[in-house]
Order: sequence, then structure tokens, then C-alpha cells
Amino acid sequence: MSEKNKKYDVIIVGGGHNGLVAAGYLAKAGQSVLVLEKRDMLGGATITEEFVPGFKFSSLANDAGSLSPEVATDLKLHNHGFNIIPTNPLINSLLPDGNHLRIWQDTEKTVEEIAKFSKADAEAYPKFVERMQKVSGIVAKMNEIVPPDLPDLAFFDIKELSALLSPSLNLGWRHIAQVIRLLPMSVSDLLNEWFESDTVKGAIAASAILNTTFGPQEINSTAYTFLQNWSVSNTGLFRSSGQVKGGVGALSEALAKSAQSFGATIMTGAAVAKINISADSVRGVILASGEEILAKAVISATDMRTTFLKLVDPYYLEAKFIKHVKNIKYQGTMARVHLALERLPTFSGMDGDVSEYLSGHIQVSPSVEYIQRASDRIKYGEYSEKPYLDMQIPTLADPSLAPDGKHILSVTVKYMPYKLRDGNWDDLREEIGKLVIDTLSEYAPDLRECVQEQKIITPLEMESVYALPEGSPVHGDMALNQFLWMRPMPGHAQYRGPFEGLYMCSVATHPGCGVTGISGRNAARQLLGDQ
Amino acid sequence: MRLSPFNPRTSELCEPYNWSLWQNWLLADMYAPDHIQEYYAIRSACGVFDMSPIPKYHIHGPDAVRYLDRIVTQDVSRCAVGQVLYTAWCDDEGKIMDDGILFRLGEESFRLTTGDPWLFWLEDNTANLNVVIEDVTDLGTLALQGPFSRDLLKTLSKADLDNLRYFHMIEAELAGIPVEISRTGYTGDLGYEIWVQPHQAVPLWDAIFEAGQDYSLVPFGDYALEMARIEAGLLLIDADFYSSKRVVHDFEKSSPLELGIGWAVKMNKDYFIGQKALKAELARGLAWETVGLEIDLNSLEAVYAEFGMPLYLPYEAWMEAVPVYSDGQQIGKATSGTWSPVLKKYIAIARLRPQFTSPGTRVNMEVTIDAQRKQTQATVVKMPFFNPSRKTSLGKV
Repeated sequence: MSEKNKKYDVIIVGGGHNGLVAAGYLAKAGQSVLVLEKRDMLGGATITEEFVPGFKFSSLANDAGSLSPEVATDLKLHNHGFNIIPTNPLINSLLPDGNHLRIWQDTEKTVEEIAKFSKADAEAYPKFVERMQKVSGIVAKMNEIVPPDLPDLAFFDIKELSALLSPSLNLGWRHIAQVIRLLPMSVSDLLNEWFESDTVKGAIAASAILNTTFGPQEINSTAYTFLQNWSVSNTGLFRSSGQVKGGVGALSEALAKSAQSFGATIMTGAAVAKINISADSVRGVILASGEEILAKAVISATDMRTTFLKLVDPYYLEAKFIKHVKNIKYQGTMARVHLALERLPTFSGMDGDVSEYLSGHIQVSPSVEYIQRASDRIKYGEYSEKPYLDMQIPTLADPSLAPDGKHILSVTVKYMPYKLRDGNWDDLREEIGKLVIDTLSEYAPDLRECVQEQKIITPLEMESVYALPEGSPVHGDMALNQFLWMRPMPGHAQYRGPFEGLYMCSVATHPGCGVTGISGRNAARQLLGDQ
Repeated sequence: MRLSPFNPRTSELCEPYNWSLWQNWLLADMYAPDHIQEYYAIRSACGVFDMSPIPKYHIHGPDAVRYLDRIVTQDVSRCAVGQVLYTAWCDDEGKIMDDGILFRLGEESFRLTTGDPWLFWLEDNTANLNVVIEDVTDLGTLALQGPFSRDLLKTLSKADLDNLRYFHMIEAELAGIPVEISRTGYTGDLGYEIWVQPHQAVPLWDAIFEAGQDYSLVPFGDYALEMARIEAGLLLIDADFYSSKRVVHDFEKSSPLELGIGWAVKMNKDYFIGQKALKAELARGLAWETVGLEIDLNSLEAVYAEFGMPLYLPYEAWMEAVPVYSDGQQIGKATSGTWSPVLKKYIAIARLRPQFTSPGTRVNMEVTIDAQRKQTQATVVKMPFFNPSRKTSLGKV
């Protein structure tokens, strides 16, 4: 490699979306930037792969509707092939009696739909949306800020903490008070305050548990994750929507092209073995090949455990820092099942042009209790036999993803605990596929006949292939004790690591949540600000 | 509650039934009706203390040296096989968590004894190194201490005890029982600690006591040990310092430098937990220093005379902090004290502001009589108070 004697301003370890966002911002600011990605393709969990020839699957993340619009604009992603195809309805909730509940982006249309299940809920829905939009607006502001560094929270830190809310002061104290009230609530309790129909609550609640281990009735911030997902959504509603043209990996490609257009160098197939620290400051990285590359700064776009217990030699880390890293709860609970379909299956109770109904998110979440029961089993290291399913048929909006007339069905399956009490996921892989097809066949009886091939990604492979330890898609659960100034850990919420020149930008940092790009942007800004 | 492997013998001998708990293990405070006899055995004959409850960890593996060097303040890489080190360990802020004794059993094998249990800390801080940590507290351990201790052991073993140097250890047989013998102890006297598998504890005890008949051997308990360790200027956790892990307020924590054990802190080694903070503390200057106090008996007698009382001396060691003053201003505290029968002095370990720690400085220590606060004069001295040459000297060859 020709990079031998060059010293970069910044090396970014990991070419996931946040790493690429950071690369874009830094290169744009005139820094010499090198991105090192272990795999042969960029994107991390934001990636499109052709598991079956001719079928392009969004392996893990399935939409980019939560990407910060500011990031998209700053990095001119639309000039690099990033396009979102809008989809509607937002959600099609499959019901056991062959019925469907559809949440449309248009509130009035949704009200008509909800009225079939409950008149009272139909009346409540517009007020619910109006109120939650205001409340989630505050969360949106909190997402954007750099949280305070509070290693040992004490009473007088209340002043610092209030900084979290200061950008929201003009949104009204009443709504701020609502956020504080909702923080530790369960999404179930929140929805019970507004709605009566189990069907309606089930359809809405599901969006709260996408990035967390908890079930919707558990008191550990599922109301907050609900609001946070709302706050980053591009629909103005609780869930983001729309499909990246060409598959979600097209976002990573656009980010890479953008960074390269500003002068960044990107290397794939370049596994970093060590982040090199000497005399308490960073000096570069050592590749698995043994080659050393020097840099003034290194940003780790990998999770905290990988960064600080593997890449950095933990020998020189403070004991309490290591303790914090070890104590981050990852606890992944999802698997992905991708089906290559010969043709579209026939969903019960649905005639005519189904693409009108099925191009958004399709859910098996008939009630809050159903989802809760699916989650209950993980406490005992078991997986749910009646899983919550979150699906997309991306070929409806973008037929280019599969050969002519064929389709893709991609399913997120919860709850599938990373740590099984009995057995292991390598042996149980086919079980996941069978479970999904069995469950879905209740709603689409001919599904089995439509399946040409399947690809299953177990919680174990989320770790081994996609570098998501314990299969946690967000590098650490979105839980009440892992939010804001506690993310990734107290005292290091400002994207700076414990050594000079070492930064962190993965989804493990604030705001976490999903494909937002905010962590990458914030980390890049901190680094630039430190110079 | 757990029982030492020597309990079948100690429970018979503990006449006053005076027991306390040490880490949930039963420990004899004294065996005789008066612990002063036990104290005199340590200083003028020999005594045995059952120290089996002391927490012990076997630390081994290819990275054991590098691992221990990260944890403790001593330079472990410079500890030879068969050598023993006194060491402290600190938290990230350089505050002492505990002190203990580190034995190098082999190239990659160590034993660490501690005041409090530390398995969680030792395991939490492996930093990915290839090392195994096992709790081996079950191992039986006797401290045989006193001027006759070597002569006694020599009757039971062919091992070269005359040439076993202070803070070194050997493997040996005592009356045919395989043991490890280290020339260590908590009394500041000539003495040994004997390490034995639990199932051979009772036969070992019996062999030692049989041989001990010719050497006036007695068992001694915690009360006698406390007097001896204060004379030797040795610190005790929960008396002279508190573990930073177990206190709430910063003022309750102390650094090894403040405690006078800076000699066991090797500041120039590559890295250890708390190193950065301790370097900063050195640069800043110490807030406290630890010294000995000799209480002026005439002054103390005068205080008692105010109450019409004769002079009273502490024949049992005390371990509650007592204020120390200079010109009416508090300048620190005494943390343990005792009457020293062998020195005929009333001594105390004290932590004072550095400007008052030169030997010879006159200070006042609080004395409470009938709940009235009085002061007695005292003089700052160097520790240890009692340091006989036999503690470190080799035997007659």
C-alpha cells in the first residue's frame, strides 16, 4: 500500500454509516481522512447484500427514514445517488381474523381506519399526534446536542443537566414536563392514556421496541424510545418510512462517494488490529496485516467493547472506565429473515392492488400484550414462539431490487435473545426461518409456496458478521440508564475517548437510536472544535 | 460463619471464649485469661496466631507479572521467585483500597493476601491479560512469631531456615507435612508464616505444639497481635486507613504516600492503577504524613491527677481516631495506640499535617476522662517503634 509514510489528520475505524458521516464532515473541513473497513463492503449495519443472485436485500437496517436531513444536506447526498422513495401506508398491521389496521401518513385517512376498531380512538388519534409531535420535538432537540460530561452525577450538576433542555425552552414548559413524566414510562401505559382498542395500541406500540430489549409493558423507558423514534422520523409520526432507492446500502455508497468527493480515502478489507496509544495520546492504528498507519486523531466507529477492550490495549485504561465499558448492556434480541419470493403471497382479507397497502411496514403486532408475551421469554433465555414481526416488501416500491416479477420479503423477528439458555443459534438457524414462515402463513396461507430461497441472520451472526456485539443493533440497549449523558457512559458523552486524539462516533454514542448520522456528525464537530 | 482448619484445636484452647469475626471467619481474640502473656510470648519466646481467615488469592498465568504490575503499587517484575513483597493497591484516584503481601511462588505464579476480600476487583481488572485468579482462602496459615520461632522450626524441619532471608519463602516439610514457610509476619519480630493444605492443618498444629513445649510456645489472639503490630509500625485497614471502596466521603480516603508507605509505591514503573493521581499528588505535596507519637507519661499522669486518679495506660490497643493538636489547632489524628510493655512507652500511629511531622515535634493528643476532653503532650517519633535486629538477621550458621 502506498499509505506507508503518510500521517493522516484522522483515521476512522469502521465504515458504517456514522463512520462515513464523520469522514464526510471532516474531509469537507479540509482534514486528511482515512476510513478503514474490515469487510469488503462499506456500510456496517446499513448495507445491501445479494444473498440470492438477482435479489438485493437490506441485510439489517431496512430504511433510512431517520437520517438527519441536515446530514443529508451538508454532505450533498442527493448528488451521490441517495434517494428515498416514499411509501404509504406507514404501517399495515396484520390481524388474526384476516382484518388489517392501516396507519397512513395522512391523519384523516388514519382516523377513518381506526374508526373501524374504535370510535373513541379515532377521535383521540389526531389529538395524540398533535401532542406527541410537540413532546417529541423536545426529544429531537435533545438528540442534536452534545450531552454534558458528568462522570459522577451530583446535586449541583442539575445546572448542567438543564442544558439538555435549554434548546427546547421555547417549546413550552408544559411539554418539557411531559417528557420528564414520560421518560420512565412504558409505551403501554402511555397508549392506555389515549386509546382503548388493543389493535390500535398494538400497531402503534411496536415502533417503541425496535432498538430495545424491553417489552412494551416494561417500565424502562419504552415510552421514551417511542418518542425518540418519533423525533427522528421523517414522517412526522412515530415511525419513519420510505425506502432508499437501490436498497439501504445505497445510503452508505452515497456517504462514501460524498466523503471521497471531499478528499477522504476509504479502504475496505482493511481490518484494524490495534488503535495505537502512546504516552496517553493516540498515534494511529495497526492493521491486521501488521502495517502501522499514523494519524493525529482516531475516531472509532465501532462499539465500546470492541474499541476499548480489543482495539485499545485496556492495560492503560482507568479501572472505572473499564468497568463502565463492561457494564454497557448490549442484549440484542432480534434476528433477520430474508425471503426471495417467486411471486407475492396472497394476504387474507386483501384483494386488488396490494402494493397500495403493503409497501410500508407490515407488522404482526395484534396487541400490546402479544408483543409483551413475545418479549417475556427472553428473560429465561428462550425465544418467542409467537414472535413480533416487522416486515417490508421493498420490491413493491422498487422493483429493481429483484428479478422481474419476483419479490423480497425482509423480516425483523423479535424477541430472539443473543444468549440462549439451551442450544445455540447455529443449530437453531432453520428454526427461525420456520417460525417466521409458520407465523406468517396464518396471514398469508400460500406464503410457503412462494418462497424460492431464504437467508437467515441469527443474533450470533449479527455479532460475527456485522460487528454488532451480542446482536445489539444499536451497540448497547436504548435503556433509561444508557441515554443522554450516560451514553455510551457517564463522563464520556462528548464523543471524546480517554486518550488525547481518540474519539467515538458509533451508534453507541448519543443519541443512539438508529440510522441518524447524528453521532458521526457530532463527533466530527467535537474533533474539529478541539483543534 | 466459617471455621479455620485449625478450629478443632483453637476452639479447645480458647479458654475465655473470646471470639470475633474476621471476614465471616471465627477468630480468637485471646486464648489465655490475659492477653499480655500472649504478647510477651511474641516478644520473648514464641507464639502461634491462626491467620487462616486472611483472604488469599492464587494468581497465575503467562501474564501474571504484567497483570499484578498493573494492580499493585510495588514493582512486581523485580520480585524474584521465592521473594515476598509488601504492597498496596489503589483506585484510579490514587487512594488506597487495601494493602497486603505478595508471594512469588513461581515464574508465573503468585499468592496475594489482603485485608478485605478483593476477588471482584482482581477479576474486573485483568485488562484482557492471560491470567487466572483463584480464591484460596481455605489454605491453612499459621503465624509463628517470636525470638524462638526459628529454633523451634529447626527441630521439625531440615530446611535451611538459618539462611531464609526476611521477606523470602521456601517450600519445606515440617514433621513430614509439606508446607511453605515464609519469613513474614505482622509482629515486627523474628517470625514465620506457615502455609498448609487444610486437611493437614491439625497434624501440623499438633507437631508444632509438641515441639513448642521446649520453647514456651503459646497460641496468641488478635489482642496481643494488635499491640505487636503497632509497636512494629504496621498499618491496619479500618483503623489506620479505610478502603476507598468502602467509604462515602473523600476525606475518609487516603493515599499510600500519606500513610508512610510510599517506599512500596514504585512511581517509575510502566503503569499501575492510580499512578497518574499519585504522581500529581507528589508534585502537589502531601496533605498528610504518617508518624509515630510517644505520649509524655508525666503529662498524662497530670491529666489523670486533675481527676484524682492514678495514671491509666492502655493495656489493650485502641483503634478509634483521636484528635491531635498544636497550639490549640487540630493538626491531625492518632489512629491506633497502645501501651508498649517491651518499650515501657505509650505509643500511637498518627496522621498529621506535614509541617508537624519532624521527629521531636511536640504536639498534644486528646484524652477523654469522664467524657471530658483533655490533652496530653506527645512527641513525634519515627516508626517502627520497636525494630529488633533479629527481625531480619540470619541464623547462626
